[in-house]
Parts: sequence; C-alpha cells; structure tokens
Amino acid sequence: MTAPRASTGNAPPALHARGVWKRFGSVEALRGVTLAVPAHACVALVGESGSGKTTLLRCFNRLVDPDTGTVFVHGRDVREMDTTVLRRDTGYVPQEGGLLPHWTVLRNVELVPRLRGAPDARARAENALAMVGLDATALGGRYPRALSGGQRQRVAMARALAPRPEVILLDEPFGALDAITRADAQRTFLDVRRDHPVTCVLVTHDLREAMLLADRLAVLRAGEIVQEGTPDEVRSHPTTPYVAELLARAGVAA
Amino acid sequence: MRRALSRVTRRACVAGVIATAALVSAVRTMDAQPRTSPSSSRAIVVASKPFGESYILAEMFSQLLESRGYRVERRPGLGATEIAFSALRAGAVDVYPEYTGTGLLAILHEEPRGDARAVYDEVSRQFTARYGVRWLPPLGFENTYAIAVRRETAERYGLHTLSDLARAAPQLSAGLSADFIGRADGLPGLRARYGMRFARVRPLLSSVKYRALAAGQVDVVDGYSTDGLIRRYDLVVLRDDRAFFPPYEAAALVSASLAREMPGAVAALTLLSGRIGVDSMRAWNERVEVEGVPVARVARDALASLGLTSSATVQTAGTDTSARADDVRATRGTLAAYLWQERAAIARRTGRHLVLTGVSLLAAVLVAVPIGLALERRRGAAEGVVRAIGVLQTIPSIALLAFMIPLIGIGVVPALVALFLYSLYPIVRNTYTGVRDADPDAVAAATALGMTPAQVLRQVRLPLAAPILMAGIRTAAVIDVGTATLAAFIGAGGLGEPIVSGLSLADTRMILSGAIPAALLALAVDIALGAAERAVTPRGLR
Repeated sequence: MTAPRASTGNAPPALHARGVWKRFGSVEALRGVTLAVPAHACVALVGESGSGKTTLLRCFNRLVDPDTGTVFVHGRDVREMDTTVLRRDTGYVPQEGGLLPHWTVLRNVELVPRLRGAPDARARAENALAMVGLDATALGGRYPRALSGGQRQRVAMARALAPRPEVILLDEPFGALDAITRADAQRTFLDVRRDHPVTCVLVTHDLREAMLLADRLAVLRAGEIVQEGTPDEVRSHPTTPYVAELLARAGVAA
Repeated sequence: MRRALSRVTRRACVAGVIATAALVSAVRTMDAQPRTSPSSSRAIVVASKPFGESYILAEMFSQLLESRGYRVERRPGLGATEIAFSALRAGAVDVYPEYTGTGLLAILHEEPRGDARAVYDEVSRQFTARYGVRWLPPLGFENTYAIAVRRETAERYGLHTLSDLARAAPQLSAGLSADFIGRADGLPGLRARYGMRFARVRPLLSSVKYRALAAGQVDVVDGYSTDGLIRRYDLVVLRDDRAFFPPYEAAALVSASLAREMPGAVAALTLLSGRIGVDSMRAWNERVEVEGVPVARVARDALASLGLTSSATVQTAGTDTSARADDVRATRGTLAAYLWQERAAIARRTGRHLVLTGVSLLAAVLVAVPIGLALERRRGAAEGVVRAIGVLQTIPSIALLAFMIPLIGIGVVPALVALFLYSLYPIVRNTYTGVRDADPDAVAAATALGMTPAQVLRQVRLPLAAPILMAGIRTAAVIDVGTATLAAFIGAGGLGEPIVSGLSLADTRMILSGAIPAALLALAVDIALGAAERAVTPRGLR
C-alpha cells in the first residue's frame, strides 16, 4: 500500500508559506518558516508540542494570520481571499473531531455543501460517508454522542471531504484514538488519498504515523523547520542530532 | 436545518410579540375603570396605608364619595408613608388618610413641636406651599404612638408613665416596628427625651408585635393609641408624661388636582371633619382587627352611624380585598372553607399575578436574550455590563418600587417595570455564559469550516446554550412570582394583596389565601419551565 507520489513539474505549489513569522504574546510560534506543498501531495508537519506545527497548519485557512511573511493557496495570497470562501474550500479535520453535538451525522457532513448552497448536499454527504467506510443509512441519523471515537473521526473526515476540496488540513486527526482504531483510521485515510487526489497537510507528533501517511515530512522545532524531505531521505540522512534522536525514539532510525 | 431553525426563531419572535400585545391589552382592560356611574368625570383614586385604621378611613372616604355619585378607584394598602405620599404628590392618588405628626416629622422632616393645633396649621401651610397638597380639617381623633406593656409587667415594675419605663428599661426587651426604630419621633427620640435604654430591641412587624408581647417573647411594644388589640390583650398603655410624642391628628390628605378639579368631592370629604372620636375609631378598629369583620361593612356602619349615608344607598364596587362588601364572610371557619369561599377572588388575583409575572418576564426575555447574545461578540465589555445589570438585583424591591412612583406613579405599570428589571440579570447572565461557553471544539470546527460569526452564533452557540438560557428564564420566573407579591404595596394587585392586608389586619387566613396560591404558582411555573428546559435541549445533548 503506497501513497500516490506528488506530481512534480513547474506548476506552482498548491500551498506555499514564505518567510512566515508568528508571535503569540512573548512566544515566537513561527520563526521564518518557508514550506511548499505540491498539488496532491501529503506533507506531514512533525514535532513536539509547542514546535509551531499547528500554527503553521492554521495559516493555510487563515485561522492564524502571520505577523510577517506570505501564505499562498494555489498561487494566491490568502490575504486577498475572502476568509469564509477560503475556509469553505479547505477541508479541516481537528483532533477531537469537532462535530456539532446537536446535529446528526448526516447534518454534520452536509455542513459545508449547505453553506455553499449545494442542492445535492445530501448526496454528497452520503457519498463522503461511503468514502470513509461508514454506512449512511445506519449511522446518518445518529448524534455524535452515540458514536465511537473512531467513528467520530471518520465522520469528521467525511465532513472535510464532502465538498470535494482540493486541500485538506488535518490537525492530529488520529491522536486521540487507541492503537487498533487508529490503524483502521489511518488505512481509511490512505484509501481515500489513493482514490481521490487531494493536497493534504497533516500535523502529527508521531513520526511513525507521518512516515506511513505522508509523501514528505517537515520536522519543526521551536518555530523553525529543521529538516524537510521524503520519509526515506529523513530516515537515512537526519541532518541534525535532534532529528536523529526523534527517529531513534520513534524506533524508525535507519 | 438552518432555514428551519431561523424559521422557528422567527415564529417564536412573532408569537412573542403577539403575546406581549395581548397581555398588555389585557393589563389595560384590567386597569380600566368599570363604568359604575354615568358621570363623565374621572374616577377619584382613594388610597390607604397598610394598616387597619387606614383601610377603614379610606373605605369610609370611598363609600362617602360613592354615595354622592362619584366614581372611586380603590388603592388600599400602599407600601408605607413614602409610597402613599409620593403617589399623592405625583397625582396617582387623590386622597388618603394621613396623620399630622407623620406629615411634620416623616415628610417635612421638621422637629416635633407644639400642640395639635399648631402642628395642623404648620403642615397645612407647608404642604400647600411645597407640594400643592391639601390637608382637610382633622377628622376629630388622634392616633399617636402608644408604648404598651403586659399588665403583669406594669404591676411588677410599677409602670404608669414612660419615665417609669425608662427606669425599668434595662431589664426589658422591646419589640418595635422597623419604622419606629428608625424615625426621629420613634426610639431615637425616646432615648434622648427619657434616656430609654432597653436590654434588647427586636424589629417586629406590626402584625406580630402584639402576639409576641402577649406570648412573653418581648416585654414592650410600640403601637397606636387607637389599636383595637390593646384592649384584646388587656395591655397597659404608658402615659407620655414628658409630652414627647407629637400630636398625630388624623385627616384626609387631598391631591392638588382633586382640590382643583372636583371641589364637590372635597366638600363631601370635609363632612367627616371633626366627626370621628377616638372611642369610635378604637371600636371600629376592634371590629376589623379583633373580630374580623370586613372593612367595607365596618365603614358602611360607621358612615350610617354618623348620619352621612343610609346603609341602603351605599354602593361598593367590590373590587378590592379590604373593600369587598363580602358580608357573608364567616368570621370563624376552617382555612379550607375560607379558601373555597374566596375562590373567585383568589382566581382573579392569580390571574393578575400571572399577568404581572408573564408580561414582565416576556419583556425581559425580549430584551435580555439579545443583550446576552450581543455581549458574546463584545467580551471585553461583557462582564462590566452583566455586573451593572446585576446591581439592579441588589436594590431592595420595596425601595425600587418606591423610587418609581415619582416617575410612573403607582399600579400595574411600575410593578411591571420593577419586575422586568429584576428579571434581566439571570437571563442576561445565563444567555451570555451559555453562548460563550458553548462546546469550544464544535465552535472552533464550525469556524474553521467557513461558518460566519453570525452563523456560528445562530446555528451552533445558541442551540447549544438553549438549556442554560432556559434555566436563566426559569430562575427569573420563579423569583418574579415571589417578588410580584410585593407589587401589592404599590396598588398593582395580585396575590400580594391579601398578604399585605392580612398582615395588617392580623388575619392569618387572609395571608394564606395569598401565600398558598403564590407558592403553588411558583411551583407550577418552575415545573412548566423545567419541562421547557428539557424541550429546548437539542436531542444530541440529551
């Protein structure tokens, strides 16, 4: 099972952060980060808590606006885009799912298509649930509280996929799941990516997960990218002692 | 779903507006005067303060005026001097019985002085000059403060005068009305003049003072020289040997507008001047306070005995507690029988009580919920605003009611305004807290997926906060039902009416005929809104 390789060539990257700085009070969350994500690639942002990985992720749908530096989506400066439109065009899967507890599964998955006024919101939602391996008939009418943790994360993924976005941002999407459920969810994610080309940015603190799911890794430490490359490059040539230590700790060192 | 939700919201708003309009017009109807007289002139508003003698005199004024063809609107039992006088001054009341000493000390804040004649002249002059209000010539009796003890206490300490009492005071405990403890012509003055120092002073309601004295819980009480209960309990009234208490001659106090517009009515009231002796007044008080005879009947008999009416010509409107010509009322009987007999009045007052509570609550919801929602978007200002509204809650209800008289008079409208103000805080607080603390993960995800702030508020925060918001409304409603009983003090009616009258007349059954329905109403409102709270809880959260 192999993730599809990123398309290469001269096309501009789907996502591009250039020289991004962000400070929260006295904390410098990002210190001059530059990252390009090619179309249909999946880049994992890896690092410990406080490394800045989630902040970088949130720059791509303007949940965070950089202090300096520029963020481009499909070659356009996000500051020139309508925030609401940008967010509706960008899938998002938060760690705890973030499902609206007073809405049924189907209603949750219909969220973005309906915000966009799509007449076929229901069909899109059912289709998206099928993509993540859930049965709309059986689960569609349930409320989030009645689902298992793994089901909730799949619903969150379906909700992100329902409008067929070109970009999906995932913030520790499997971090709260137990090992078995997690492996299932990861497999589903790989299946989805195989069948439906989409550009992904995945935040995780788990190097093993990053290597399994992503085409490229960006290792962050204290607001800076310390190494970037394919899983193989990172594994075989860690450029800093810190990356080497991470590899050793994760048990994936070459 | 979104459309369905906003449709529901819109429908609720429309329903709210219609309900408010309906209730307001209902209130208007309730306040409107029944046309009992073909006379096109306005009704004369006759008020009293909440104690037996004041009820009797006011009812005598009312019946006398009615016998002369005037329309009368009765407002018995207005809170206290402050409230009754403010209402008169504002023109919300045309006439009520007052005492010259009270006018001098409590209203003009002058030093006690001189004899009865001098005091009457002084208040007459000053009230006309300052307020345009007129004192009619005194009714003929004085009702000054009386300091009373049990007969055995008087014998044990050899008490005949207040000077005697001052000597024994350090061994005695006094139960005094809160009024008396504070006023210059009350305890502070007694201390200064007689050196009176009691071992203990407990503030007691007028209605329980005599009972507490008879039961030996206190040794000394303040009362009025015309109190019927003094005889009932065989109490000894101590002589004011240093002439400390100022003269308290009873007289009708008449508003400027009545004096100007209806001189005939003033002339009719003046027929009572000089006609009522202290013995007659004490006997009437006794009939009402001790024997439990309805005020309307005592007043009717009193007017007939003065030759001012023949009892057959007296018409009573029968709209108010103390004034009801409820001649068949048994003076003895079980509580249940009494409540059954009073059922029509109880139903009417419960209706009024519901209107007071319902209208004020609805208005508060329509104002407080939008404020609470708006504050979610202005969190910097939120705490300050919520606290400022909370300060309203700390104003004692009686004080708030009194403050409003100069602004909006007495009756239903100021009561609604006061209840409205008291309802704001719990609703604003719960609305704001509820939407602010709505499931942060859900709110963050909704934002990240492209909901606008308004959509997040309406589709995520509001439904998630609904149970908390409803709990705030429920709290406000239950407080409202309780506070609305105080509305009787400003003549707004409701279940507080028999509570106030019953307290003044020491009539426990009358008190309970207001207190029991009020308690049941509070319970019912709590249960109903509890069900509403469950109903608005989104299914996914249950």
